[in-house]
Amino acid sequence: MATDLDTLDASETTTRAVAARGPRRRGARRDRGVDPVPWWLTAIGIVVSVYFILPTLIVIPMSFGSASTFQFPPKDWSLKQYENFFTDPTWLSSLGNSFLVAILASILASIVGTAAAIGLHNLTGRLSRFVRTLLMASIVAPAIVIAVAVYITFLQWHLTGSLLGYVIAHATIGVPYVLISVTSALGGFDPKLLRASASLGAGPLRSFLRVTMPLISRGIITGAIFAFVVSFDEVVIALFLRSPMFQTMPVQMYNSVTAEIDPTISASSSLVVVGVTLVFLLVFLLPQLVRKRGQRR
Amino acid sequence: MTTSTGTLADRATEGASHARSGTGIRLRGVTKDYGLAIPAVDDISLTIEPGEFMTLLGPSGSGKTTTLNLIAGFETLTAGTIEIDGADVGRLPPHRRNLGMLFQNYALFPHMTVAQNVAYPLRERRVPKAEIARKVRAVLELVQLTGRDTNYPSQLSGGQQQRVALARAIVFDPRALLLDEPLGALDRNLRAALQSEIRRIHREVGSTFVFVTHDQEEAMNLSDRIALFNNGRIEQVGTPEDLYRRPETLFTARFLGDSNVFELDEPPAARVAWEDRAWAIDGATVSGHEGARSRAAIVVRPEDLGIVKDEGAIPPGANSVRAAVRDIEYMGSYRTVLLDLGTRGLRGRARLDAFESELRVGEDVVAWWRPERQRVVAA
Repeated sequence: MATDLDTLDASETTTRAVAARGPRRRGARRDRGVDPVPWWLTAIGIVVSVYFILPTLIVIPMSFGSASTFQFPPKDWSLKQYENFFTDPTWLSSLGNSFLVAILASILASIVGTAAAIGLHNLTGRLSRFVRTLLMASIVAPAIVIAVAVYITFLQWHLTGSLLGYVIAHATIGVPYVLISVTSALGGFDPKLLRASASLGAGPLRSFLRVTMPLISRGIITGAIFAFVVSFDEVVIALFLRSPMFQTMPVQMYNSVTAEIDPTISASSSLVVVGVTLVFLLVFLLPQLVRKRGQRR
Repeated sequence: MTTSTGTLADRATEGASHARSGTGIRLRGVTKDYGLAIPAVDDISLTIEPGEFMTLLGPSGSGKTTTLNLIAGFETLTAGTIEIDGADVGRLPPHRRNLGMLFQNYALFPHMTVAQNVAYPLRERRVPKAEIARKVRAVLELVQLTGRDTNYPSQLSGGQQQRVALARAIVFDPRALLLDEPLGALDRNLRAALQSEIRRIHREVGSTFVFVTHDQEEAMNLSDRIALFNNGRIEQVGTPEDLYRRPETLFTARFLGDSNVFELDEPPAARVAWEDRAWAIDGATVSGHEGARSRAAIVVRPEDLGIVKDEGAIPPGANSVRAAVRDIEYMGSYRTVLLDLGTRGLRGRARLDAFESELRVGEDVVAWWRPERQRVVAA
């Protein structure tokens, strides 16, 4: 989980650096004032990234096999696993459930996380630091501890196995990601703009909608995506909350490898990998595309 | 302004009628206390007349910006009342006060174009679209930014950005315009250009302007009246000429322009002694400030000081003091002579014609001035 946090910050800065470099990339590289990177360092970098990415990518060729057990490399190619996936109501409903939970949890986490970030931004001192740490707790706490706590609480509240239960639990673990990205976006926000907005006749809510939100929207969207992904691949809490009527996709995948060895999981895994990658690419490329269009105008 | 066809002339005539029916602002016993050693604003009372250009002047930390923020509603009153047009606004949130505001860093919305920025207050007031377009065009013409309406603030220079901010702050005909050191971030030339721009727009729009600055030259150039702040209190209120020619206290005399200061050991009378000299005092030049009756000082502006080489050349009836020329600064149109005054060598300065060049550094001279040109202030 801690590495997730690092990626979150790192990807923020990289996109910003890329955006800042813009069209004069060559000149910027010359002016960076950094010594050239030696070839062997590049080589190590490639090896490490392959080591990280390859296991994830292996499922993609596997998903195009036709065998009814796991095979790598597959002997012949077919779309059978995909056919299984898209015709099996259990897989499809779990996929739908996952989307539904992830979207609602992401919305809830974005609202709570943004409100918290703005509130904490206006507070200073010990209280602010304490509350911030408290809200971050779910990132560092072991998933199983959170899951057990959620399970015990939700049993009393009769929320296990319900959509609402999933959404609340997943929103909780998504909030820290929204908090981080919105806090970083607020760092570049000039509070004088709110005074200007008020002097021009806009109440606090209007000012938030027309000034604050557009200017920190990158942070909110980034946080929302992370909250979505965190919910989408969350399995520990989902295992505790599952009911025969309501299961998310990771739980279904878990079932399919533990109860029956079903190669359909390779198709579903591929879909998840490709889907999540697309979402991330879209979010991080979108601002640059928008900016280019703006410059042309 | 609703009947305006949007031309400059129309705005100007309407502005004149606006001035007559304009907005007065009255502060009574206004106090803001952050719980520090002294209140940031300490029991201030000030009446700003309709259509007036009032400047709140003072060193940093004197309470002038806090006072402006209290008028705008960004700070809450500890005590006192603020009335706009006779109505108490002390409890009203800033967005309900209908006051335009100009900030030092412009505070333009970076994600909106010039036109969208200027239309912002009109959209908040649900003005019809066609009228918004017309008003935006008219006000951009007024600040001479026609044709820049699709630019984003980041594509404009500092001076242009501040003119957009000015357009945005006046387009909705606010009851008054508050200006918080709006020229502070601009360079010298641009500042002068925008000063005359602001003066022109004040004349044409005709509404009440409250301007905050720490720059005394800016204050003198722009204002109808100046309220000089010192330590959370108002030291003196008056026209620029009042404050420069007829200061009540030493603080006022020193803050506006240069002065030669002679502190007196005795209360002012018809004749007073200073070192080995005896000076005549014109009763009309004595400040009415009660402090002047106990501890007083004589203030003489550099341009009122004459310099002669020997005592015999002093005009009859003039007050005089022995001086030594410490340095001479050539300023182009004039020379500033830096002097050591009297036996204790008090720092002083005189302003002389640029062609008068007989003086040499280190020379002993006599400085003189007419008693009616001096001012006796509270020290």
